[in-house]
Amino acid sequence: MNSPLHRPALHESGHRHANGEALYVDDLPPPRGMLHGLVYVSPVAHGKILRLDVSAARALPGVHAVLTAADIPGHNDIAPVGKDEPLLATDTVHCVGQHVALIVAESLAQARRAQAAIVAEYQPLPAILSLKEAMAAGSYLTQPHLIRRGDVQVALQSSALVLEGEVETGAQDHFYLETQVALVVPEEEGGYRVWSSTQHPSEVQAKVAEIMGLARHQVVVETPRMGGGFGGKETQGAHFAALAALGAGATRRPVKVWLNRDQDMTQTGKRHPFHSKYRCGFDRDGKITGLWVETHSDGGWSLDLSRAILDRCLFHLDNAYYLPNLHFSGRVCRTHQPSNTAFRGFGGPQGVAVIEVILERAALALGLDSAEIRARNYYGPAPRDRTPYDQEVKDCRLDRIHRELLLSADYQNRLAEVAAYNQTSRYQKRGLAFQPVKFGISFTHSMLNQAGALVLIYADGSVQVNHGGTEMGQGLQTKIRAIAAHELGLLVEQVRVMTTATDKVPNTSATAASSGADLNGAAVKLACETLRERLSPVARSLLGIGEAEDLSYQGGTVRGGGRSVSFGELAAVAYARQISLSATGYYRTPDIRYDPAIGRGKPFHYFAYGAAVVEVEVSGLTGEHKVRRVDILHDVGDSLVPTIDVGQIEGGFIQGLGWLTTEELVVDAQGRLLTHSPDTYKIPTAGDAPRDFRVALLTGAPQADVVHGSKAVGEPPLMLAIGVVSALRRAIDAFRPGAEVTLAIPCTPESVLRAITSLETHESGGNTRAIAGSAGIVI
Amino acid sequence: MKQLVAFEINGDPVEVAAPVHHTLLEVLRYGLGLTGSKQGCDKGDCGACTVLVDGQPVLSCLTLAVAARGKQVVTIEGLAKNGRLDPVQDAFDRCGALQCGFCQSGMMISARALLNEHPCPTREQTKLALSGNLCRCTGYTKIFEAVDAAALQEADPKA
Ligand code: FES
Ligand code: FES
Repeated sequence: MNSPLHRPALHESGHRHANGEALYVDDLPPPRGMLHGLVYVSPVAHGKILRLDVSAARALPGVHAVLTAADIPGHNDIAPVGKDEPLLATDTVHCVGQHVALIVAESLAQARRAQAAIVAEYQPLPAILSLKEAMAAGSYLTQPHLIRRGDVQVALQSSALVLEGEVETGAQDHFYLETQVALVVPEEEGGYRVWSSTQHPSEVQAKVAEIMGLARHQVVVETPRMGGGFGGKETQGAHFAALAALGAGATRRPVKVWLNRDQDMTQTGKRHPFHSKYRCGFDRDGKITGLWVETHSDGGWSLDLSRAILDRCLFHLDNAYYLPNLHFSGRVCRTHQPSNTAFRGFGGPQGVAVIEVILERAALALGLDSAEIRARNYYGPAPRDRTPYDQEVKDCRLDRIHRELLLSADYQNRLAEVAAYNQTSRYQKRGLAFQPVKFGISFTHSMLNQAGALVLIYADGSVQVNHGGTEMGQGLQTKIRAIAAHELGLLVEQVRVMTTATDKVPNTSATAASSGADLNGAAVKLACETLRERLSPVARSLLGIGEAEDLSYQGGTVRGGGRSVSFGELAAVAYARQISLSATGYYRTPDIRYDPAIGRGKPFHYFAYGAAVVEVEVSGLTGEHKVRRVDILHDVGDSLVPTIDVGQIEGGFIQGLGWLTTEELVVDAQGRLLTHSPDTYKIPTAGDAPRDFRVALLTGAPQADVVHGSKAVGEPPLMLAIGVVSALRRAIDAFRPGAEVTLAIPCTPESVLRAITSLETHESGGNTRAIAGSAGIVI
Repeated sequence: MKQLVAFEINGDPVEVAAPVHHTLLEVLRYGLGLTGSKQGCDKGDCGACTVLVDGQPVLSCLTLAVAARGKQVVTIEGLAKNGRLDPVQDAFDRCGALQCGFCQSGMMISARALLNEHPCPTREQTKLALSGNLCRCTGYTKIFEAVDAAALQEADPKA
């Protein structure tokens, strides 16, 4: 019987999902007397609250409470990092959708009636509604973060080609299919039990305690599973749990706060929009000589995780390429929008997009194909092995991935085919692009890289595993189960992975930064090793073998000296011999650090790599486009569960495709989000999936010092979708080869059509511009 | 104001007293405790609430409960027969078609309706039939594969 590790596996809850039994927070049977909480939010983008009268609302039938900031028993602050975000507004509101009051009623219909009966007056204050306005006004949430090396100025002066321009990437709604929800039940001794759809149960616990004026031990948070998270439930699930707790505290009844889609999209933060200015120099061979980037992000009205997200953008401006000279600066702007937050990639995609736009422009200018210019710039042996922040790029797998993918995707032949097609096709053009990714794995705030586990063996040999990670569809529980079954030599059916709960493992980090399996898997492994050490002497005595003889745990049986005993018997005997059958495991990532003051350090434990070849077809008449084929080769080390990893890669790519081509958030002049439901906000549908989608995992590539040689997979593949933008640029270029292509992201059909039209009218590019270097090529 | 509505749910007759403005989805989830059908948008754009009404896929968030009067309603909880998963359910599980699972009950109901009409759907037919079901986690590829696998299984149960 083989170990379940490194093999395809069914989803840990797949069967329960298939028959509709898998429960999410809103599916839990309502506790007796449960009330519904509805949030009353600010209708204005920026204003002073002149009057907030909830008395009429309070008097309506079915209404149990209408709570404002004054009703918060503890500390009115829900910010994860700064102290700049009240749970309920006090005297000023900073965005449309900011939480102002909580209505608690017997039904949502009654709560809605009460919402309409709240009387409020606001004195409008000037509002900053976009990143550009914030940059112009000098409205910031942070000081600049600088990373420098060499002398970019000098490098650009002697470059054969210098490109200058701007790259803007837009916001993206998480659109987890399960909207934000929390259920809070008051317990004995003034405590609370919270069921929360969150990636970060420990922070929900801390925040509920802080809001309610309690110590953390009085709050237990459970997360059964999420219907998607993608970063949107890393910090912002806490708001709704805290609101439900507030309602439960005031009424001493269970309270559920659940948002419908429109409320969710209006009230919660998005992926950060970024605006970057760049100047980049190249030598005649297309090698980068120096890169200067000044970037700004839209943090929304409060800090949330914006600082770390900006840092990660800076850490990924290099993507896969060695930059001999560089000057990066980045700063978070403050706008009157909901506070932007974590989203798969966490600033990384926004950084990678900048250098990829630059490279594709350069490739077109220098007559190089999309893969070639990238290959010439990859990290390599010293001195080309140092990131901008001076971390060594060890064990770089890009050359190998590049070679293997060019072959498997038949890249050279398809380049010729695309060229031939574009020769004869007048109104449809195709583009073929190559997109590598290198993504740093670890929380960049180093202390967060820790995890705990609690493993329980019952006397019949069945096992429960608890750990700090949460399941949001990424397959973490499936991986954890495989790890535990492997360590204890069990069948996966003998292992049950429990609901994540703060009373099992304390002080956990968010399930984020793609690190869920790396950190929690390692902790579970350590706990299982401890248990095996305790069980082995018992097993040896049962099997009648000595210390020196081999003992193997496999498939639910322990073997040695030609005899065997079932794991169940072993557990029963160990119990009878008074051996402890529960153990904790604790893991912290070794040797990572970063000093933002000097922009130097080793923020990442390792890098994940991958690459994609993307082919698109564009209609010159409508700007509509299709992804014809995508080939991906991705490095997940020695995959813990390959079926899960392939699913993550496919899903990540499609989510990136949505960000870059279909998803557009539109805000009106009053700061109100107009695209707050799927009728106007378009995530990719079945029809948008690439016609031909081939995903492969790099083989024979175990990663040192990570649990069972695996590598993180959640975020990196999202960036492969940036290849779609490059492929579109090439297809557009084919309509008028040599003309400068100005293509705005997201590349909706409108954006593509605008790019094609501006080629024809020969307008010089709006937001991109090429200038000549001293040895210049002018384009 | 409440109204009595009698219909058949997963093969069993039921009678529920529902406020007149309640949707079929609300009655299923909060009245009958059948929480397999999900609410992803509440306005007919995500498909997470899809159920079969007299064999046809219907968005239960856009259907008033009273409109189900006298009809046969099948939800994900009723797809399995005699303790055996429907081939669609089985295929979705086997193919790893689901990640967070939130879209899946609606997706499987739409797939069931598709296979009822086209036992061997082309990829284009599958894409069309599922185009009203949003999934944020997967790239849809494995969902298409699951539909093909279910079709195959039904064509040749021994395969
Ligand atoms: S909930 Fe019915 S279509 Fe979205
Ligand atoms: S599996 Fe999560 S939305 Fe489809």
